[in-house]
Amino acid sequence: MTAGTDRPRLTVERAGPLLLVQDAGRLGMAAIGVPASGALDGAAADAANRLVGNPRGSAVLELLLGDARLRAEAPTWVAVTGAAGPLTVHGGPSGRPAPWAAAFRLEPGEVLAIGRAEYGLRYYVAVRGGVGAPVTLGSRSRDTLAGLGPPPLRDGDDIPIGVAETGTASPVPPLDALPASAPAAGEVTLRVLPGPQLDRFAAGAWDALLGQSWTVTAEADRVGARLDGRPLEHARRDELQSEGVVTGALQVPPSGLPILFLADHPVTGGYPVIGVVRRGDLGLAAQLRPGQRVRFR
Amino acid sequence: MTGAVRRVLPSGDAAVLVDLGTLDEVLRLHPALLATRPAGVLDIVPGARSILVTCDPGVLPLAGLRSWVTSTGPVTADAQVTGRTVVVDVRYDGDDLEEVARLLGIPAREVVRRHTSAVWTVAFGGFAPGFGYLVADGAGLTVPRRATPRAVVPAGAVGLAAEFSGVYPRASPGGWQLIGRTDAVLWDPDADPAAVFVPGTSVRFREVPA
Repeated sequence: MTAGTDRPRLTVERAGPLLLVQDAGRLGMAAIGVPASGALDGAAADAANRLVGNPRGSAVLELLLGDARLRAEAPTWVAVTGAAGPLTVHGGPSGRPAPWAAAFRLEPGEVLAIGRAEYGLRYYVAVRGGVGAPVTLGSRSRDTLAGLGPPPLRDGDDIPIGVAETGTASPVPPLDALPASAPAAGEVTLRVLPGPQLDRFAAGAWDALLGQSWTVTAEADRVGARLDGRPLEHARRDELQSEGVVTGALQVPPSGLPILFLADHPVTGGYPVIGVVRRGDLGLAAQLRPGQRVRFR
Repeated sequence: MTGAVRRVLPSGDAAVLVDLGTLDEVLRLHPALLATRPAGVLDIVPGARSILVTCDPGVLPLAGLRSWVTSTGPVTADAQVTGRTVVVDVRYDGDDLEEVARLLGIPAREVVRRHTSAVWTVAFGGFAPGFGYLVADGAGLTVPRRATPRAVVPAGAVGLAAEFSGVYPRASPGGWQLIGRTDAVLWDPDADPAAVFVPGTSVRFREVPA
């Protein structure tokens, strides 16, 4: 076996709706206007990396909704986490189902078909060795707002794979337990803390935030998810000056309908923030599908 | 300076927002926070009236973050200029230069004189990577935004809006009054540092022939 064929390699046969490279993101750059970015469902990305023996924070693929095909050009270990849907390996005499949230090896010529997600919204595909796109500002993440990092992958693209110091197609470490479960289908509850501008809302707005089931609209991307429900009432109409906002902030524009900020959110905002979702629940938020119900507590 | 009302507001489980009421207070507290930054602080993000600070609670718990920002005093006015100074060469041939002069009731040359004689400070960013809202005491260049924003403002355009001046780091839509342009590269994600206009930086504009 030569070094050339030895090296894990994947080609994008079909990219699906949006196929991005993501890692742990760009931390500490908000002051110069650079969003954190990074895998929206960090726990799912971490799990995928663990399954194939990659160091935490290695770059993975983040696939929106599914309907993608990845072809192995050399023996390649992969693991799929996050959203859950049909996973099939084609290329042998017949297709075989592939496991979710477990490492498996693709042989040269085999194609991993990732079907439309049945639960959740974002799949994570870790490749043993890590996705090896160029680093911008310390990260390989694609920032969809600022336009930083590797552009979305397209049909026919080669996915560069970093060569891990541990070698490539050797067996992956067995795992006792995996901190991953399929995203919920029904109403999801997110824990929320009072936000910095709670006093700019009418009395009862906090109770109104917690007391109803919100609907995730179709305007949901890596920047944020717009929610629909009974509008929250502002107490003040004067303009809020530009100020720093965090991921998980529930920013409420004059419409009274909150926007839940995710990893590519602008680093400053001009609308009051009524509450902030706990960091531990941001992965749940990342998997909310348009039309799904969400409640805050 | 009167004692400012400082409110430390909650912003989730890994950040607090320090509400300072005025931009002057932001400019006085920001260098003090930079100078005393403990391990575990991720971001110090000045805004127009506030400073957001975020932490990694595994290194610096939220209570520690809160006590740090509560106990840190602002610097004196003299000590404010702690950042480095950059000089930006500008050709003052912007499409709105005459309109700015008309709004201020001064000749266009006086607009240029005021813009080049002021010492500007990058107060805060946020509009786009590498963009800075620049302020200068007594610059005398306060003008409203354009009634109709431009669909495309080229990279390097130098503008005015409210009490701020700024330089578009890359082509984008924009509503600022454009007074000039610069060839200086103020944002390059592959350079180190990527941004020239970091909050706290002092900026002088220098006129070059159009």
